[in-house]
Amino acid sequence: MGDFIQALVAKYNYWIYITLMMIGLYAMIAKNNLIKKIVGMNIFQTAIILFYVSIGVKKGGTLPIIEHGHGAHSHVVHAVDYINPLPHVLMLTAIVVSVATLGVALALGIRIYNRYHTLEEDEILSQIREK
Amino acid sequence: MKITGLIIAVLTGALLIYATADFPAWGDPASPASTHVSPRYIEKTIEETAVPNMVTSVLADYRGYDTMFETTVIFSAGVACFLLLRIFRREEPEERLYRHVLTGVTIHVKKGGKLPPSDDFERIDTEWTPHDLIIKTMCRLLIPFIQLFALYVIAHGHHSPGGGFQGGVMLGASVIVLAMSQDLRTAVRRLREKVDALLCATGVFIYAGTGALCLLLGADFLNYRALAPLLNVDPIMARSHGIFIVEIGVGIAVMATMIWIYSNVSSSGKYDEGL
Amino acid sequence: MSQHYPTLLVTVPLLAAFIISAAGWINKRLCFPFAVATLTVAAYSCVGLLFRVLHEGVVHYRLGGWPPPWGIAYYVDQLNGLVLSVISVSALINLIASKRSIEREFPEKIGPFYTLYVLFVTGMLGITVTGDAFNLYVLLEIGSLTGYALIAMGDKDRAPLASLNYLYMGTIGACFYLLGVGYLYIVTGSLNMVDIASILPGLYQSKAVMTAFIICMVGMWIKMAFFPLHGWLPNAYTFAPSASSSLIAPLMTKVMIYVMIRFILTVFTPKFAFSTLAVSDSVVWLAVIAIVMGAIFALAQRDLKKMLTYIIVAEVGYMVGGAWLGNRAGMTGAILHIVNDALMTLCAFLVVGNIVYKVKGYSFEDLKGLFSKMPFTMGAFVIGALSIIGVPPTCGFFSKWYLISGAIQASHYGFVVALLFSSLVNVVLFFRIIEIGYYEPFGDHHGHDHHPEPMAEAPLSMLVPLFIVAAGLVLVGLYTGDIVNHIIQFVIPKGLL
Repeated sequence: MGDFIQALVAKYNYWIYITLMMIGLYAMIAKNNLIKKIVGMNIFQTAIILFYVSIGVKKGGTLPIIEHGHGAHSHVVHAVDYINPLPHVLMLTAIVVSVATLGVALALGIRIYNRYHTLEEDEILSQIREK
Repeated sequence: MKITGLIIAVLTGALLIYATADFPAWGDPASPASTHVSPRYIEKTIEETAVPNMVTSVLADYRGYDTMFETTVIFSAGVACFLLLRIFRREEPEERLYRHVLTGVTIHVKKGGKLPPSDDFERIDTEWTPHDLIIKTMCRLLIPFIQLFALYVIAHGHHSPGGGFQGGVMLGASVIVLAMSQDLRTAVRRLREKVDALLCATGVFIYAGTGALCLLLGADFLNYRALAPLLNVDPIMARSHGIFIVEIGVGIAVMATMIWIYSNVSSSGKYDEGL
Repeated sequence: MSQHYPTLLVTVPLLAAFIISAAGWINKRLCFPFAVATLTVAAYSCVGLLFRVLHEGVVHYRLGGWPPPWGIAYYVDQLNGLVLSVISVSALINLIASKRSIEREFPEKIGPFYTLYVLFVTGMLGITVTGDAFNLYVLLEIGSLTGYALIAMGDKDRAPLASLNYLYMGTIGACFYLLGVGYLYIVTGSLNMVDIASILPGLYQSKAVMTAFIICMVGMWIKMAFFPLHGWLPNAYTFAPSASSSLIAPLMTKVMIYVMIRFILTVFTPKFAFSTLAVSDSVVWLAVIAIVMGAIFALAQRDLKKMLTYIIVAEVGYMVGGAWLGNRAGMTGAILHIVNDALMTLCAFLVVGNIVYKVKGYSFEDLKGLFSKMPFTMGAFVIGALSIIGVPPTCGFFSKWYLISGAIQASHYGFVVALLFSSLVNVVLFFRIIEIGYYEPFGDHHGHDHHPEPMAEAPLSMLVPLFIVAAGLVLVGLYTGDIVNHIIQFVIPKGLL
């Protein structure tokens, strides 16, 4: 039990993100409404972004911008003082990707709505079957 | 489907949580992620790129190639929304509605007729279009400040949080705010669809073109060092300036694409009144 | 310029995509020549790169001049070179073949369509050439996003829904891959594939590494439509416009199989994938189920295009199974089948494109009497069918031969039976179509009073590319020995027997 609590305290943030991801994944698989699926997709992607960003954290580190640093070559910088910038960069990419995916998904949703006048997947499928 | 979804989510979640047992503790400065690759970014950023904001230097220089494709992703999304939604030929509606801005009186004009564009009348699509003077005025006041701040965010990305993506989104948002508070036609009159689409391609082209220019100058793709003779600075500052050039490209591309996606999605590709 | 081939083959199409996009607003007629020119340059660089790799060994390229693992680097070996050449050449051939149908189907949106086409090819080439795990994700998203849009432009009633379902599944797949890369990053601190591979051996027992491997694999399996995760593929490929389906069907799944093989061979090493994890037997059995179910579903279809999509599902089973047999012959078969299956699928879908262009339908009823109406197209179809069935000297036979000998070597007889079963089903499937096309008269009139239909063949610009592909099927078959001896054998690590 002691080990478990220790693991929980050390890594609870990852557990929260994984729970969030799974909520998103569940919504994408189980929901019937196409927009709710898109919402689930966004929860999933955002949880992954949180996961990555938390990799970059360092205890005692500050944000990754060197103060008054422009052109100051003599300035000594220690890696332990600043948090890891790489996950932030990667997640900037992931944010852009998720915005782009959202845009295309909404465009597809509009096309579907204009054709079937509903966004419930079962109603669309029954309309297709009737034809 | 609900039960399948639940089983899949629980199993995947259990696997992922099980694996966290071997993770280094959260925020551990001695973890591989903090010690293997990233220290160079932190310690050498000034020396190698003259950019104090490490996120900017990693984004646009060390991993600039990723960012070029990131911009391309957003460009593809813009083109995809356009391809999916845009309707070019559309039958003329039975009648056109114009509203007198000051009195709120709506005029119906029969098919084929048109009012000349003027400041007194605005075209609307449905009679119940809300008429919100306060929102319009407030947005009109806010937009210049949003745009100014956006330019600052792009220009100051070397020294403070910001850069092309953030600034570009703000610039895009300022036009989207205009489209939401007035209507889409007003926004499109300010920034024509064709201009917007060309800006979108131009922005990414600036990024990729800078890379190609480095190639033509004999260095590797996106190695801004090669720009030093052109910019008349030393190679380290050339990297810094190169980053600035691509950030501008990113800003233009992101702004134009956000507007393009919004216009297509909010009007289902009809480019009418919008939301 | 030859030292820059690795980046030219991605950036030339990328830059051209923006020019094509601008040209679409200025003069639509410029789009097609631009697209052809760029893909020609890309294909030239890919083939040039392949020959350079054959002569000099692995080619390194540093983007931005930064040394790996800090910057993004390319390591191009024979496997990359081979897959790159296949992608660029088949995309070029398909572009020329699809010109007429694109102009007919989207007269107003030629510009954006070609832009997305070229961006899709950029994405596929970029995935194949990159040596950075995260860069691969970004390019995967370019390929996917453009793919969703290209697919949704097809059948007005069904394509958007099929594409949206593909988008959901594709996003889950890509997110799983991203998550796997995150797990790898957290324990290794690196994103460069070669660098990760050098750090991993000390961590093979780590739960995080095992989970990363599994999550990455599942993500790729979703993207390549491996059997229980194939749900999105049949509808998406069936309802896509002909130009898109003949572009995406040969490339997307094959590129994902390349990524899987790259992860097994380079990032995780075969020792970890096949011995430490001890799941390879189950994966091969999954592949067996994929092949059998793909074949059975294909039998149940009543139209040509959907039948072909289920054949793709079965073929994915071939390649995954072959790669996971864990021996040299199986891996050789899987890699060879990437090439062969891309060409076979391209040939089959180009035939469908020609049929749709002339007959405006692809259900079995529409195929009646096609041999007299479109003899050349159907001739190419027969070659493609023979290759998919696996009749020598077409290339399909040789990869199947390697796969079967790999299975026998691994004493995995279930896989052998599945391969033979699927070949048998393919015989039934294709002879049924040939029978419909050959014996049944075109149209409704029955009995002895029918006259042979006048020939109404597809235009030459669609036929010539089709013939090139059909000839390619035979040529690749004849030169299989050279491909294996000069290219594939260097790819597989010596430890893998």
